[in-house]
Amino acid sequence: MLLSLEAATVRLGGRPVLDAVGLDVAEHEVVCVLGPSGSGKSTLLRAVAGLQPLDSGRVLLGGRDQTGVPAHRRGVGLMFQDHQLFPQRDVGGNVAFGLRMHGVAKGQRDAEVGDLLELVGLPGAARRAVAGLSGGEQQRVALARALAPRPRLLMLDEPLGQLDRSLRDRLVVELRELFGRLGTTVLAVTHDQGEAFALADRVVVMRDGRIAQSGTPLEVWQRPADEFVARFLGFENVVPATVSDGVADTPWGKLPVPDGSVQGDRPLLVRPAGVRLVAAAEGLPCVVTARTFRGTHVAVRLLPRDGGPPVEAACALRVAPEPGDEVGLTFDADEIVVLG
Amino acid sequence: MALPAVFFAVFFAWPVTAIVARGLKADGVWRFGRMADVVTQPDIRHVLWFTTWQALASTALTLLLALPAAHVFARLDFPGKQLLRAVVTVPFVLPTVVVGTAFLALVGRGGLLDDLWGVRLDTTVWAILLAHVFFNFAVVVRTVGGLWAQLDPRQEQAARMLGAAPLTAWRTVTLPALAPAVAAAALMVFLFTFTSFGVVQILGGPTFSTLEVEIYRQTSEVFDLSTAAVLTLVQFVAVGTILAVHAWTVRRRESALRLVAPETTAHRPRGAGQWALLAGVLLTVVLLLVLPLAVLVRRSLDAPGLGYYRALTDADGGTFLVAPLHAVWTSLEYAVAATGIALLIGGLAAAALARRDAGRLVRGFDALLMLPLGVSAVTVGFGFLIALDRPPLDLRQSWILVPLAQALVGAPFVVRTMLPVLRAVDGRLREAAAVLGASPWRVWREVDLPLVRRALLIAAGFAFAVSLGEFGATVFIARPDNPTLPVAVARLLSRPGELNYGQAMALSTILMVVCAAALLVLERLRTDRTGEF
Repeated sequence: MLLSLEAATVRLGGRPVLDAVGLDVAEHEVVCVLGPSGSGKSTLLRAVAGLQPLDSGRVLLGGRDQTGVPAHRRGVGLMFQDHQLFPQRDVGGNVAFGLRMHGVAKGQRDAEVGDLLELVGLPGAARRAVAGLSGGEQQRVALARALAPRPRLLMLDEPLGQLDRSLRDRLVVELRELFGRLGTTVLAVTHDQGEAFALADRVVVMRDGRIAQSGTPLEVWQRPADEFVARFLGFENVVPATVSDGVADTPWGKLPVPDGSVQGDRPLLVRPAGVRLVAAAEGLPCVVTARTFRGTHVAVRLLPRDGGPPVEAACALRVAPEPGDEVGLTFDADEIVVLG
Repeated sequence: MALPAVFFAVFFAWPVTAIVARGLKADGVWRFGRMADVVTQPDIRHVLWFTTWQALASTALTLLLALPAAHVFARLDFPGKQLLRAVVTVPFVLPTVVVGTAFLALVGRGGLLDDLWGVRLDTTVWAILLAHVFFNFAVVVRTVGGLWAQLDPRQEQAARMLGAAPLTAWRTVTLPALAPAVAAAALMVFLFTFTSFGVVQILGGPTFSTLEVEIYRQTSEVFDLSTAAVLTLVQFVAVGTILAVHAWTVRRRESALRLVAPETTAHRPRGAGQWALLAGVLLTVVLLLVLPLAVLVRRSLDAPGLGYYRALTDADGGTFLVAPLHAVWTSLEYAVAATGIALLIGGLAAAALARRDAGRLVRGFDALLMLPLGVSAVTVGFGFLIALDRPPLDLRQSWILVPLAQALVGAPFVVRTMLPVLRAVDGRLREAAAVLGASPWRVWREVDLPLVRRALLIAAGFAFAVSLGEFGATVFIARPDNPTLPVAVARLLSRPGELNYGQAMALSTILMVVCAAALLVLERLRTDRTGEF
């Protein structure tokens, strides 16, 4: 393992911000830590970087305990949330900084800065002032600066956090491609699930300083570990249920569950795609309260006639009902997950 | 942190302890009753009373004259504003001795007013009060005007829209926002005038004496060291109280205010009222700030063929063992050494204070650092005199004693100038450098230094100006054969004769030019609002 955290714990003001976190990152792996603000994900990066001392536990890099090793000797790179470019240096001076700190000769430095700026899509920008850069350009310079000393582990704190949507979507693809090409080991944190799923080989969901779930983007998306993860991923159809013999008893009536689901009192997730709209007489009778156009589909919000929490359904634009319409609901067992 | 702490322990805490011991200990026994004995003496009570009321009167007069100017600087835009701002600031860095001499030339015997109307004020308290206003005008204009310029005028406009008349809007919206700054400025002025030494020494004559002057008189004329020590303690307590109140108001000032860029709030004068206000402020500045200095220069040129200046190169006058002009070089040498020490000590202290994880102890040190500034130079000089004259640290014969004392007075300025800038450096910039492989020392060199270089230069300029003009401490410890400029001026003034008087004017003019030049260089550097002074 390139990076291992063993029961890493950080307390700030008596409250654990990192609570006995264990995490492994293999060479060439891109791991994304996903979590709401305050879940401890930035602290995790700072602890690995050596900027935040651990209260207990260990950080190992390449198998070596990093306790007592200061930040500048750990050989990891960190790209800060708001870039933190040095305002008094130009673009080239920023990118060359790490190389200078590592004693790289001037001629070689200039060549490498040129290569890196080309790599991040800013060829010939070395003499530009950082104050005049756009958000996306600052982003690229910060990335080139972090990559320059060839860190064994590159960490990104909300790498695309402050950029507008279209630029983000483009950059996330570029980053993914770049890391694949360079074989960089990456540990990134973000609160944006789209970013995490697009970027990562593996996603780690954090909650209150603990790891709630770890897996490939597909695994996490398909089988959220618990109600918190499901809701954090944006799923709203989570209800308490009692599961026995392939049937779940819920406030929406009896719902089918996939074979092999856990038995007992569990929260139940119904993906919007698993909610089918039928004639009012044929299923759970509901009234449509809202419909929201979502580009590829329409999200329809329904309120069951006989009580129970509202249901969200995804349906094609041409068949979507209007608010006030009476419809019936049936549920597809393949889109239902019994949560832990 | 260790070096500044040791410096202050040896050169401030220890001398102060020595003063306490000298004042309250007799034959190895503490006698706290001495405090009461000294303070109840009629002449000492008179000094205390005068010190307090002249400080109150000076403060009130300064506020009265400077607040309209603060408004003009904050809200009105007019040609020559930059120049006027520099003119207003010059007096603050001028040595007290120069100011005293300038007012002597204006209102004293044979002064301008004496020539014109036969009016002499140098034997009245008015000369002292006017000199104090001259000095502290900039304190009020800078502290209050600086904040005023950043207050969002739309707050007042909002009040107007809600039905408040202009004056009501000002009284209910602007004044409460300004009040803490006015209080802080007033306390600063009170502190400076309460501990006034050079001005009162020169203008006060035998009649008027502040605590500072009395301490000096008890030490160097009456040779009653224990009374001087007790008076120093009284002053110490008073200053400590003022500083504590000041710190409290400064904390209050940090309340949430809507601040905007100062350039956006000023406008051209509109209507007769605003033009009249501008004219009034200009007249005040010319009469109060420019005229005394102009008269000083004029008087120094009275002798034919720059006679007073030429006399300065001559050691035969008998006032000194060396030619008075020699004092210029002595002053410059001392000032360079003092600036170096003040920068080292103040810079290290500021760096330690700026750390975000600075503990309560370190922050307490911040207040401690301000003490030498407030506790007055005479205390510092007196403390040096009685504490550093015997082993293990006998510096009486060493030239370094004077720069050390001046550095002690200058270091608080360095800290005050550097601290806000260092605090403003984003800690994550340092972290970014560390992650890129910079060791702590390189982080400082590569990240902090480039960002604070200008503040460092400004701090150096202040330390230099303070050291050049420092009088209260230096007069105790400067050696007779090596006087600094202010000491030489004071000594020339204390001698009779037209030639000595004229030489004092000439030497003051030289000192003023050097200080004003230092300040103008500073003003060019200071395009942003760096530090508190």
